[in-house]
Amino acid sequence: MLDALRLIGHRVVNGVWRLGYASRFFVLTLMRSGTSFRRFRLTMREIYFAGVLSLIIIGVSGLFVGMVLGLQGYETLQKYGSAEAVGTLVALSLTRELGPVVAALLFASRAGSAMTAEIGLMKATEQISAMEMMAVDPIARVIGPRLWGGIISMPLLAAMFSAVGVFGGYLITVVVIGVDAGAFWSQMQGAVDFRQDILNGVIKSIVFGIAVTAIALFEGYDAPPTAEGVSGATTRTVVTSSLAILGLDFVLTAFMFTGV
Amino acid sequence: MENLVEIRDVNFSYDLRPVLKGINMTVPRGSLATIMGLSGCGKTTLLRLIGGALKAKSGEVRVAGRLMNELDQEELYAMRRRMGMLFQFGALYTDLSVFDNVAFQMREHTSLPESMIRDLALMKLNAVGLRGAQDLMPSELSGGMARRVALARAIALDPMLIMYDEPFTGLDPISMGVISNLIRRLNAALGATSIIVTHDVQETLRIVDYVYFMSDGIVVAKGTPDEIRSSETPFVHQFVWGEMDGPMPFHYPGAPYHRDLAFGPAHA
Repeated sequence: MLDALRLIGHRVVNGVWRLGYASRFFVLTLMRSGTSFRRFRLTMREIYFAGVLSLIIIGVSGLFVGMVLGLQGYETLQKYGSAEAVGTLVALSLTRELGPVVAALLFASRAGSAMTAEIGLMKATEQISAMEMMAVDPIARVIGPRLWGGIISMPLLAAMFSAVGVFGGYLITVVVIGVDAGAFWSQMQGAVDFRQDILNGVIKSIVFGIAVTAIALFEGYDAPPTAEGVSGATTRTVVTSSLAILGLDFVLTAFMFTGV
Repeated sequence: MENLVEIRDVNFSYDLRPVLKGINMTVPRGSLATIMGLSGCGKTTLLRLIGGALKAKSGEVRVAGRLMNELDQEELYAMRRRMGMLFQFGALYTDLSVFDNVAFQMREHTSLPESMIRDLALMKLNAVGLRGAQDLMPSELSGGMARRVALARAIALDPMLIMYDEPFTGLDPISMGVISNLIRRLNAALGATSIIVTHDVQETLRIVDYVYFMSDGIVVAKGTPDEIRSSETPFVHQFVWGEMDGPMPFHYPGAPYHRDLAFGPAHA
């Protein structure tokens, strides 16, 4: 009994300590972000790796999610004689929720895990130590550009996901099923508000981008320098990021859309 | 001769485990010294103290007259720009080509035009015989070549002090000979001072000026290579000549042999 209590206490203390360490790491990265902007080429390289190389998975997933939304939406709405509203349903679902959330989950599993593995292996092969010995700050040179690359990429990927998703919905409902194109687009245009829906979706994706990239970089930097350590850190990145995305999504939705 | 590195009464421990216990050491400017000892005896820790990656709990570590324990981040980085370090397995940046690895520090710390950086990096690569490999990626290099590129990178800014952490580990005899000769030649050519942490005895004794032997966190012997070769100190003798048994026992401590076998009371 006492051992179990001690174990729980140890885990809680350890968790709080790690959270504090991660916060300190994040603040330190922000403070040393000057290099990421002075030498924007470094950040652009990370935008390429985190953003451009994620385009295919984001595009394909967005297309299928949009098509499924179109199918499911049409099936339900036609029962009430309002099949033309399917455009609204697809667009609102994507811009408010599915675009930012699913794109962030995909970003975490593709780009986040890659960042963790890369930083962890750089540490394991002493590349980080070598940089420090060369009087080059690894937080400024390696971590900062990756953080900003992730933060810039994430809303663009979410926007891309939503846009392709809307196109997928159009393909299924208008081209395949035969819903009137004019009604599809005009109802969508009338119902989607730029500030309330699109901007809030963008804000969500920026928050998710910060969370996923910060978690991925911290896990990589904190990974034990062994094969087992790096693999464990990569798994933790995907699990923690996914939970953080879903938790943050609930909090943000509560503030943005329900007036809680 | 003036000392570039001076270590006085240095103690260091990881948590509560003491690793260095009152170490004293000096390395004269322009010389090539080695720190030898068994794995875990504290020699890499000592190298990290000299490089300022760790701070001594007590005592002094001075490099070029500056007390490493007391430098702030900016001063430490200024000092490290005058140091080079070769890591055990090279630690080359795997996303950069051989050329970019060597040019890395020049691009980070100088505002030299790219044409001059190119010339300087090629000169460093030429010094280690790998000018022709400038476009290769680290994954395309053999272990010996990677170590030579890392050596070219370590001397990129003509450092006053070059530190080598196990430079011969995992190398074939030819590569080992090439690296050891390069270390000797480059030290002389650059007018630098070098410290090699290693346990490759014969290869190292061939090239160094002075040897420190460490065991269990203290310096147990020191001297020139000839003095070390002829040393009567049991530990040094066992280490230099690779003897199986001596002060460092062959058998890991355990229960008496006869008790573990069928003659002990458990089998009676």
